[in-house]
Amino acid sequence: MRLQRVARFLILCLIVMSSGIAWQANAEYADVVLNQKSEKEGVRPVIFPHWFHRIRFKCKVCHAELGFKMRVGSNHISMENITAGEFCGACHNGDVAWSADECDLCHSGKPGLKTGIRGGHETMGPGIW
Amino acid sequence: MKYSRSLQLIQLGVLGALLMGVALAALSAEKKDPNKFNRLMTPISERNPPPAEDGIHDPESFGTELLQTPRASFSVLPRSPSGNYVNWTKALDDGAIEPRYHRDDADAGPVVMDLNIVREVKGSMPNVVYPHKQHTEWLDCSNCHPALFIPQKGANQISMAQILLGEACGACHGKVAFPVSECRRCHSQPKLEVSKTE
Repeated sequence: MRLQRVARFLILCLIVMSSGIAWQANAEYADVVLNQKSEKEGVRPVIFPHWFHRIRFKCKVCHAELGFKMRVGSNHISMENITAGEFCGACHNGDVAWSADECDLCHSGKPGLKTGIRGGHETMGPGIW
Repeated sequence: MKYSRSLQLIQLGVLGALLMGVALAALSAEKKDPNKFNRLMTPISERNPPPAEDGIHDPESFGTELLQTPRASFSVLPRSPSGNYVNWTKALDDGAIEPRYHRDDADAGPVVMDLNIVREVKGSMPNVVYPHKQHTEWLDCSNCHPALFIPQKGANQISMAQILLGEACGACHGKVAFPVSECRRCHSQPKLEVSKTE
């Protein structure tokens, strides 16, 4: 009984603390977190910065040529794809951009992040609106 | 029984201290001025934070400190009031950025279509002028047609509610392109002007 109460209290503490942390989050607009497979495979989530890439390539290159669908969660990318030159691997091959052996440069997200796009009007307000 | 009562008291005490801590952190972030101008807006000094401070990059990751900071990159680009605080359209028009249209061909250029679609809107807002030109600079026709927009006049009913939920224009505007808070960049044709020209 007492143990249960202590556990409940600890969970409450965690919620309070994490809400404090979430409140400080100020991710760059359009940063994408990819964590469908990363943490299950034991690496940090991937953070994809749209801003960095759009300075170098137009939307069409990734979203038409390379086949990235424009909906978060609909691109099931694995390291096999990337080393085979698909998706990120079309450029991240050591030729156009750094190669896939620079793990930490892409897998740089905080553990526990959910897959999704950050900073839009859907995520900034108190609710979905 | 007494023991559990005191345990409860300790728990309440710790929780209170935690809540105080969060409230204090909030206050100190507002520089202790409760009546600060534009209290809820991100101050300019906190816009485009470096990866280690943005809340999603892991400051303990070796890669995080090697990444370029948005602030350094954006310092040479035209500004805008929201999103990345960069006017990407202007940056492209001015030649401040030269994004490639093809993965490995730096000289490939887009097939630009210069066709404005005027959408008359209900209510008092100015009509929407949709410029194909600025969109075809960046995108391929297949990015929007036919999944997001049926390429036929009158076939697409669009509401702000849809856009806010990520449909139609909202697939990009509010996610990666300028958000809907910049009303007048789309709602740009005054209705008075229309009735005059007719």
